[in-house]
Amino acid sequence: MSKLKLATVWLDGCSGCHMSFLDMDERLITLSNQFDLVFSPLVDFKTFPEGVDIALVEGAISSVEDEHKIHIIRERTKMLIAMGDCAITTNVPGMRNSFGAKAITDHAYFTTADLQQQVPAVGVPALIEKVRPVHEVVPVDLFLPGCPPSADTFYTVLSDLLAGRTPDIASLTRFGA
Amino acid sequence: MSQTIVIDPVTRLEGHGKITLKTDDQGNVQEAFFHVTQVRGFEKFNEGRPFYEMPALMARICGICPVSHLVASAKACEAIMAVEIPHTAAQLRRIINLAQTIQSHALSFFYLSSPDLLLGMDADPAERNLFGVAKAKPELALAGVALRRFGQHIIELLGRKRIHPGWIIPGGVTEPLDAAKRDEILGMIPQAYGNVQYALAWYKKIAEKFKDEIENFANFPTMFLGLVNDDDSIEFTDGALRLIDATGNTVLDKVTADQFDHHFGEAVEPYTYMKFPYYKPLGYPGGSYRVGPLARLNIASKMGTPLAGKELVEFKQLAKGPVHGSFHYHHARLIEVLYGIEMIERILADPQILDPHVRATAGVNRLEGAGVAEAPRGTLMHHYKVDEYGKMVWANLVIATGQNNHAMNRGVLNAAQRFVKGSKLEQGMLNRVEAVIRTFDPCLSCSTHAFGQMPLSIELVAPSGEILDEVHR
Ligand code: SF4
Repeated sequence: MSKLKLATVWLDGCSGCHMSFLDMDERLITLSNQFDLVFSPLVDFKTFPEGVDIALVEGAISSVEDEHKIHIIRERTKMLIAMGDCAITTNVPGMRNSFGAKAITDHAYFTTADLQQQVPAVGVPALIEKVRPVHEVVPVDLFLPGCPPSADTFYTVLSDLLAGRTPDIASLTRFGA
Repeated sequence: MSQTIVIDPVTRLEGHGKITLKTDDQGNVQEAFFHVTQVRGFEKFNEGRPFYEMPALMARICGICPVSHLVASAKACEAIMAVEIPHTAAQLRRIINLAQTIQSHALSFFYLSSPDLLLGMDADPAERNLFGVAKAKPELALAGVALRRFGQHIIELLGRKRIHPGWIIPGGVTEPLDAAKRDEILGMIPQAYGNVQYALAWYKKIAEKFKDEIENFANFPTMFLGLVNDDDSIEFTDGALRLIDATGNTVLDKVTADQFDHHFGEAVEPYTYMKFPYYKPLGYPGGSYRVGPLARLNIASKMGTPLAGKELVEFKQLAKGPVHGSFHYHHARLIEVLYGIEMIERILADPQILDPHVRATAGVNRLEGAGVAEAPRGTLMHHYKVDEYGKMVWANLVIATGQNNHAMNRGVLNAAQRFVKGSKLEQGMLNRVEAVIRTFDPCLSCSTHAFGQMPLSIELVAPSGEILDEVHR
């Protein structure tokens, strides 16, 4: 049997969900015999490949790039997992919604900067007006709440998925966990 | 005809960036840009919330160094409250901040950079990752996993959670340490020593193979900023700021958090969301400086612990005056891990560490406050203003990595000029350009840019702007 193709992606998140994934420690090294990490900040592949079995997506959708990426991920992935509260509810990134994108860049690049004030726009993606949870943009197959979900949660979920079982998320984690 | 080379995303970084290189007609790199592709708005969306929520909220800036944000934020809140926190609380915060430095340095050195160091800059990209290291040299990968676990587990024992522990609050911490937990930490220390000593010995052996990289990776004179104690030893949580110039002379000393804005400003460039802090009297970019492990080791004259102290003496022999080669960030990181273990052991030996009095309380006594701490990647500053009810009205944050922004851009240009020739593009050359960024261990807002496209695209652009040819691979 060929190994499961796993991908992990960061959108607008703090990387804490990825760190919690790494918090599986030695268990991650052991589990890694059963999957190929085909796209992730941890490995050097630059393209999100076709035929991904499981993609863990951290963070909310907050720029035009995030929107673009999540569609590609959805097209190329069998099971898309919204990993952590930011992906599921927008959580902290969504707090900017009551201010709007312009207020964010005005504060960062005018109010609190004192030289060459401008909104960066060369080679960087524009912010979208409202941050959105992943499932508002593309269908999501599994929701894994937590800020972040614990390493034990990741271990149980991955072990279940690798064994072809559907994990019982409700017993493992909750929002804000 | 000129070319544009895009490396996107830069991988094995804590966060995502993108690099654009522009060449002249002969294929020589003329310009380099390191783009950070996301801005998240923490300086703004806190407005209207109570200041005492800030540590828990600001921790969500970063899942790798949440503890540094918790500490800097709590210190800013304590300036607003005008309280001094109990001694034991301050010592417990020092422990948790060191634990975080250890785990974060382990992530940088073993998980992200050891693939380059062990397998080589030209290794097969498919193997060039932690799992590749685990296959080629399991003891190295496992030492890294164990050191990261050591730091994370201490954070969990103190703060109940490995990531975003809510334990650090304005006024101190929520609960004291008990003897059982202290003894558990002490029990883990011998193994941690073994792992870092092993890594240091290994690194010193292999460093010889990277002469060219050491010579060419962001190796230029700059100023350095960091915290230091009264006795000139290295510090992460308390102490005061010192800025030294490229020859090692002290430019500023004993600078406190509330004076930060007076000395340092922030400039903006059009190609990145990350700002460029600078020392005001010298302007931008002349007043750019570096922070982080290399800066801290250059600024302090001693570590203040025996084993790391010996390593520092050896480290300082790498150069006359400050060490400027950014490749040495790797080495500095390991010395700081050793220091962290020694210091945690020392602080835990004090019986007062179990004192149950770990929290001071007060309301709003000032309308403004700032706090500084050393994050693993360098000096971190939180500055808040509140109204009389303690509602946040304004915030400015100077994040560690931003202060290395200018040096990273310069470093990428240097390395690109040395290792990339437009006529002949090879994997290893481009990986070296990315590896320059990795030496700084930047912690970026997390976002990749434009993937789904080819990993590397080269466009041949005529002076008119017309695209004459395109190569993807
Ligand atoms: S859910 Fe929490 S840990 Fe995960 S990315 Fe969001 S803020 Fe970070």
